[in-house]
Amino acid sequence: MTERQDVDLTAPLGGGTVPNPLSTAAGCAGFGRELARFVPLDELGTLTTRTVLPRAGAGAPGPRVVPVPAGVLNAVGGHNPGLEGFLRRELPWLAERGVRTVVSIGGHRLEDFAELAARLAGRDGVRGLELNLSVPGAADRGVPLAANPALSYDVVAAVKAVAPDLPVYAKLAPDTGTVTEVAAACVAAGADGLSMVNTARAMAIDLDARRPALAAGTGGLSGPALRPVAVHCVFQVHAAMRAGRMPAVPILAMGGVRTGRDALEFTLAGASGVAVGSELLRDPTAPLRILDELRAELTTRGFTAYTDAVGLAHRTTTTEDGRP
Amino acid sequence: MANPVVARAEVVGTRADGPARRVTVRCATAAARFRPGHFAALTAPAGSVDVLRHAVPVLRADGDTLDLLLPADPPPLLDLIAPLGTPYPQPDAPGCALLLGEDTQAGPLLALAEQLLAAGSQVAFVLVAESAGRLYGVDAARELTADVLLLTADGSAGLPLGDDPAALLDQALSALDADLLYTAASPELTAAAVAAATARGARSWTAVATEMPCGTGLCLGCVLPVRDADGVSRLVRACTEGPVFDGVRVRWGGLDTVPADVEGADAGGAGE
Ligand SMILES: Cc1cc2nc3c(=O)[nH]c(=O)nc-3n(C[C@H](O)[C@H](O)[C@H](O)COP(=O)(O)O)c2cc1C
Ligand code: FES
Repeated sequence: MTERQDVDLTAPLGGGTVPNPLSTAAGCAGFGRELARFVPLDELGTLTTRTVLPRAGAGAPGPRVVPVPAGVLNAVGGHNPGLEGFLRRELPWLAERGVRTVVSIGGHRLEDFAELAARLAGRDGVRGLELNLSVPGAADRGVPLAANPALSYDVVAAVKAVAPDLPVYAKLAPDTGTVTEVAAACVAAGADGLSMVNTARAMAIDLDARRPALAAGTGGLSGPALRPVAVHCVFQVHAAMRAGRMPAVPILAMGGVRTGRDALEFTLAGASGVAVGSELLRDPTAPLRILDELRAELTTRGFTAYTDAVGLAHRTTTTEDGRP
Repeated sequence: MANPVVARAEVVGTRADGPARRVTVRCATAAARFRPGHFAALTAPAGSVDVLRHAVPVLRADGDTLDLLLPADPPPLLDLIAPLGTPYPQPDAPGCALLLGEDTQAGPLLALAEQLLAAGSQVAFVLVAESAGRLYGVDAARELTADVLLLTADGSAGLPLGDDPAALLDQALSALDADLLYTAASPELTAAAVAAATARGARSWTAVATEMPCGTGLCLGCVLPVRDADGVSRLVRACTEGPVFDGVRVRWGGLDTVPADVEGADAGGAGE
């Protein structure tokens, strides 16, 4: 219990701070109502919502979420209440409870992001925006924006133009082969932080039905199976920041976080915040457990402040690959 | 929604129960909140590569224990969240209820029948399965009522199901003059029963069995199309809005689909 006072868990949110580095990964905590049965939401550093799109969407048919070894495949497909539904039913509920809410927004076009950001900026309860750049963009024939540095730049710049005072995080994909370039483009466009990473495109086959296990065919891989990939992405981008190849901004890491050790791993790789996604589906009480475990890990290792651990795995390495 | 408990529950007994295993676990808080129709969400045993949950029916609560229906014996401790979901509603006044159960899905209907009987209703069972060996709860149902009709696809017990189960269910409803239908059966059979009940002016409360990757409403992996009170169909979660629904509201013909008239169906499926 004395540990509580010992480690300062304050973490950055853009240029500001939040009481601790724990958030929920978009799409795994809904809009908070269900999770509130298991976690006092105001004790989270932030709560990141499911991605809100301009219009309400029913999403994909089932199966939408299937297990794979040490992971989850999902293709929920844009199931969301739309901006109006979110503003009417979800945001007031979150604001009343004092939840530090980061709204994940997405769209198929740059204008979608700009419209959503303009309507959300300045609203009670909105503490930040996360741009889901992995929605297939019409501008580039269905290729996710997150694959393309120039398009990502434009989206971030358009959002910052209408929401200059809100922390804006760009959410990057792990499997585009361009993560550092896209990260640099987003930061150059004014992103206050980076969320890393979204799911990796993946597939499983139903042997009896002889077709993909997800109704949508392709889906996104998350959970522990994704973690080493996510750690690598965070490490690469943090290395680029250290090398001065892009301005340093906070990285919020996600990808298979299940324990305080996993949270520390991402932190040593360069993250200064950690979000819990798939693990919420298994253990909805995970965020505060992970926070306790993280506090204990930091104490054991002699840290007095969480942010002192950020990027420490880089001290003995000089390259983005982690070679000495 | 009763507030669910997240617990590591000790298994205090297991025994054969029809084609499945009845597993008794100690979990006082969850037991106190149980109503028939609730389910529990279990994690895979420690060391498994499976990182999601699986829903299992809660059969009954007794003091500080819950009985769960599992396909096989579990480890000595179970990580569970319970009670989850929306239970079967009770009628405002005593009535006459037909309980339709298929295979082991029928599990929750026995506790429901006890609850209905205790409140002064009459109950009858129709239990259905592929074959005699898959029928669930026959003896327990017979202890509660003399009205137990068995139907099997291969005719190995009771009456053969035949090609027109709707007609058999209609006969059962009318012979009983039932004003309530409760089901825990496959979509095809449930749809037929709901149609027959509705035609006779009876209410129906139906449990859907779908995969539930989390059971807690977080993943949106368990949705089905349901017509709301405002007449608009929406995709709703079986684990929170259900698993028990007003039978006439469920779009039985398209459970795994997104019917074109569902709200937001025209937005396309892109963008997780
Ligand atoms: C069921 C499910 C739904 C998701 N929905 C979204 C979403 O709406 N927007 C988004 O940016 N990411 C979404 N994600 C991705 C997560 O936010 C996260 O980036 C990814 O799952 C990796 O973290 P994890 O391994 O902890 O789940 C979803 C993931 C899952 C499993
Ligand atoms: S099982 Fe996850 S939302 Fe219903």
